[in-house]
Amino acid sequence: MKPRLAEETTSGGRVGDRVRRPDAVQKVRGDFPYSSDLQVDGMLWGATVRSPHPYARIESIDTKAAKAAPGVKAVLTFEDVAGENAYGLEIADQPVLASDVVRYWGEAVALVAAEHPEQARRAADKVKVEYAVLKPVTDPEQALLPKAPKLHPGGNVTRHIKIRHGDQNATAEVVVTGDYEIGMQDQAPLGPESGLAIPDGEGGVDLYIATQWLHIDQKQLAHVLGLEPHEVRLTMAGIGGAFGAREDLSMQAHACMLALKTGRPVKISYSRPESFVGHVHRHPGKLHYEHGATKDGKLVYVKARIVLDGGAYASSSTAVIANASCFAVGPYQCPNATIDGIVAYTNNPPCGAMRGFGSVQNCYAHEAQMDKLAAALTMDPVALRRHNSLETGSALITGQVIDGPVPVAELLRLVHERPLPAPAAKNADLTAMPGGVSNTTHGESVKRGIGYAAGFKNIGYSEGFNDFSTARVRLSVVDGKPRVEVHTAGAEVGQGLVTIQAQIAGTELGVRDVMVLTADTEVGSAGSSSASRQTYITGGAVKAACEAVRERVVALAQSELKSGEGLRLEDENIVGADGNVLVALATLLGEEVIDELRVFRPRKTSPLDPDTGQANAHMQFAFAAHRAVVDVDTELGLVKVVELATAQDVGKAINPQAVEGQLEGGAAQGLGLAVMEEIQVQDGVIKNPSFTDYLLPTILDMPPVRMDILELGDPNSPYGLKGVGEPPTISSGPAILAAIRAATGRPVTRVPVRPHDLVL
Amino acid sequence: MEFLQPATWSEALAMKAAKPEAVPIAGGTDLMVEINLDHRRPATIIDLTHIKELTEWGMDDGRLRIGAGVTYARIIDELGDRLPGLAMASRTVGSPQIRNRGTVGGNLGTASPAGDAHPPLLATEAIVELASTKGTRQVAANEFFAGPKKNAMRADELIAAFLVEPARGPQQFSKVGTRNAMVIAVCSLALAVDPKRKHVGIGIGSAGPTPIRAAEAETFIQEVLEEHRLWERHVHCEPSALKQFGELVAAAAKPIDDVRGTADYRRHALAVLARRTFRWAWDDYRKSK
Ligand SMILES: Cc1cc2nc3c(=O)[nH]c(=O)nc-3n(C[C@H](O)[C@H](O)[C@H](O)COP(=O)(O)OP(=O)(O)OC[C@H]3O[C@@H](n4cnc5c(N)ncnc54)[C@H](O)[C@@H]3O)c2cc1C
Repeated sequence: MKPRLAEETTSGGRVGDRVRRPDAVQKVRGDFPYSSDLQVDGMLWGATVRSPHPYARIESIDTKAAKAAPGVKAVLTFEDVAGENAYGLEIADQPVLASDVVRYWGEAVALVAAEHPEQARRAADKVKVEYAVLKPVTDPEQALLPKAPKLHPGGNVTRHIKIRHGDQNATAEVVVTGDYEIGMQDQAPLGPESGLAIPDGEGGVDLYIATQWLHIDQKQLAHVLGLEPHEVRLTMAGIGGAFGAREDLSMQAHACMLALKTGRPVKISYSRPESFVGHVHRHPGKLHYEHGATKDGKLVYVKARIVLDGGAYASSSTAVIANASCFAVGPYQCPNATIDGIVAYTNNPPCGAMRGFGSVQNCYAHEAQMDKLAAALTMDPVALRRHNSLETGSALITGQVIDGPVPVAELLRLVHERPLPAPAAKNADLTAMPGGVSNTTHGESVKRGIGYAAGFKNIGYSEGFNDFSTARVRLSVVDGKPRVEVHTAGAEVGQGLVTIQAQIAGTELGVRDVMVLTADTEVGSAGSSSASRQTYITGGAVKAACEAVRERVVALAQSELKSGEGLRLEDENIVGADGNVLVALATLLGEEVIDELRVFRPRKTSPLDPDTGQANAHMQFAFAAHRAVVDVDTELGLVKVVELATAQDVGKAINPQAVEGQLEGGAAQGLGLAVMEEIQVQDGVIKNPSFTDYLLPTILDMPPVRMDILELGDPNSPYGLKGVGEPPTISSGPAILAAIRAATGRPVTRVPVRPHDLVL
Repeated sequence: MEFLQPATWSEALAMKAAKPEAVPIAGGTDLMVEINLDHRRPATIIDLTHIKELTEWGMDDGRLRIGAGVTYARIIDELGDRLPGLAMASRTVGSPQIRNRGTVGGNLGTASPAGDAHPPLLATEAIVELASTKGTRQVAANEFFAGPKKNAMRADELIAAFLVEPARGPQQFSKVGTRNAMVIAVCSLALAVDPKRKHVGIGIGSAGPTPIRAAEAETFIQEVLEEHRLWERHVHCEPSALKQFGELVAAAAKPIDDVRGTADYRRHALAVLARRTFRWAWDDYRKSK
């Protein structure tokens, strides 16, 4: 019994070609099977009972009425968790189902499976949970006070990163300080958390799921279900976006528990409001900065205190705060730095991974500071940035010396020198105005501002993490023609891994028919589709496996042709040293199947020193710069981003079309945080858990993106590529903020910018 | 759930009389959202989409009589010249999909303070026609909105139509939202200038428990126009008068702080919108000389 999944596809193409996604047409037509569409005969539907309180002790749970409700096949609580009732990406601090205490609004407490989703929801309402309500801790600064209630046994500091670089008592001629605040952004993937668990009848379970990392799910599931990993098999289902929201478990364990209990397939698919409590969010934060510089504009020191609200559970907070701290200064040379990055537990919604991962929050602060410093020095803000840009061989504030191309000054030059868009036309169409079609201005009070920002972050996992990916490549003859099958567990989350794998195999083996198999746990781990790492690491694994296959083909040809040196595999033929075709690949192979599995590992990294934060903690860095041109209605505080220009070094664009998509989509997500996207939390409760009031940019909000894509080639990575997906989200928003400041003359220190911030 | 599909208006009224708790559905763009989110689960639904009369409009004794089931898309296409204010408001409603299904009748049925059709209906002194098996009655838009999502409709009634005079002068609609399209109003304002009656109507939305008619501001600006003979002289009014006009519009609001904006910002923005929309409308009036 198997649900319908996305087809295994052949998209073709070579490295560097513009290749269209194989599922593009299906998605546009609505035919693509997303995980929320999963379906098999006899399937039950699961529903989740959630806490209505941000902090409370559970006194009792009464499931009788729910069990007696129509259609109900199972009602489960923490008592039904067969393994350890604790999971988490870095710290196992989160229960599968709350047992004694709930720590956030919407935390899962009980589960119901019923014949119909409506019956399941109705029965969930009948589960009676008695709570003793506690006063929630909803401000991270309060959580850090000694008298605050301890939300977890180890206290409320999830992690404190200390970076002590250079002279801790450095002084400077020009000093600027600032306080900045970042609101809580949501990844808002359009596909809700959803999946289908099918019991195998022997105590194990198959889970079809849209996730970012199949094997970490498998590992955590085996642990909480009390099973061996091989008894929990996962297969990737059609994903509707991720952006970090699918790194943690959501409904995975719940669906498996219900399936194992009932012996029936169980599907869970969250509603939109439930999705807002079903995954972690981007950390909101408060950042205090002090920059010191010489009179001629060289950075002398940066001091920063960065406090992020991690919410109720750790998720990936410990890594997010490391990024926020390591890259606190931005892509600039700074000989002395004192950074304290603290992430605290509170009773707010849990926060974790989101595109940009810690480097987004600090970029708003360091870029505002660079502009403030430029103003204090009466220097051009771009010139100040270029004057301090990181270069090849520069040391970061963590002491790490960066090798390979570091084109920060060049990226800034490119966005700076790009021609500006035409000034706002008199009597322009409403769609070109702040306020758009809502007809709020015909040009009155509209001022234009221009702003710049640069940002950077690490690619791949850091701090000594054992990062690797696995690929299996199989070459055979099908219908008289060579066929390559690529099998990895790499999650296609929309970023385009599906064409990347085919392009790499097509390039390495010269075979036209390349099939990318559905990702599952039958092959070794690929690591997460996170940290902009998958093209690098899984791409590297596919390349290595293809090279191994190629070597075996050549060896086979040598033995079959009794020929010596110089044989090559080229365009589905074996070619001699003189370039003559000796035998067709299909003929050479016949019935033979060549199957190779390889594991690829990037460069090793080391953990940060706990007292000084010094280490070679990161594997690769990616840089981008943005220029934003923004029109602001300075009387109403409404904003129209007119144009974004960006320059980014991608090392090598494996699929230029996908790269452009990342640069546009990433900038849109950055724009969202800058001017509209915010989960509003009041006393621990989300006030706007729907797309009615959690606003995402529309086509009238998102301007054209003018791009300079540099391919400078990283000597350490496959094909010289760099991770691409996150840098566009880092500096786009800060550039927009700079432009809004330029247009309004106001300091604007909080994102997202609200109209009243600009006029009252 | 019982799903009733009357073929005629009298059948629909009879069904509503027999089951006053039954909930009518037109475009479903409000009701289906409520059902999907489980905010409401009516036992009986009356589908009004097969009733021809509701989708018709025409002249009736000097006024336009527009069936409750006429969609925003049709108001824009078919009535844009006669009801420019309502058409401008309709253009800001949701997305093309919503404008193709959503109706003014449904907007009135929901009676949300943020409903975009309401300010223009207030500004043009429209009348809502309610019907039951016992007969029909007419309620001024100003009296129709009874509270947050409450209206003057009785349990056995349905909305048949709304009646409004074709525009004799410039009309405007403006809506503040934190996104440049597809947005619920943070606040909104409609303004209608009627040179024949020397009348300026103003309706505001999303700035109080109900849509509000800014009566004092209307009187004030009419007096200014009268006193300075601006209707005849076709010149602009003094900036100070315009400022005071804006303040009076803001004062008519009874806004709150919520996830979409603050009360202070709403008042501020309404004053700006009042000044701007009046200036645009008055410019058009002057040009029309
Ligand atoms: C994505 C989206 C965007 C939206 N954007 C906007 C927006 O920008 N501005 C805005 O104002 N609204 C917006 N709405 C809300 C909605 O589209 C409007 O309120 C619309 O006018 C409702 O009309 P309808 O025909 O779909 O009503 P329905 O959903 O069919 O009905 C709404 C209510 O009115 C009652 N009703 C309908 N017809 C009658 C009748 N003839 N007699 C008595 N009662 C009746 C129903 O019982 C129900 O209570 C949006 C909705 C969505 C889903």
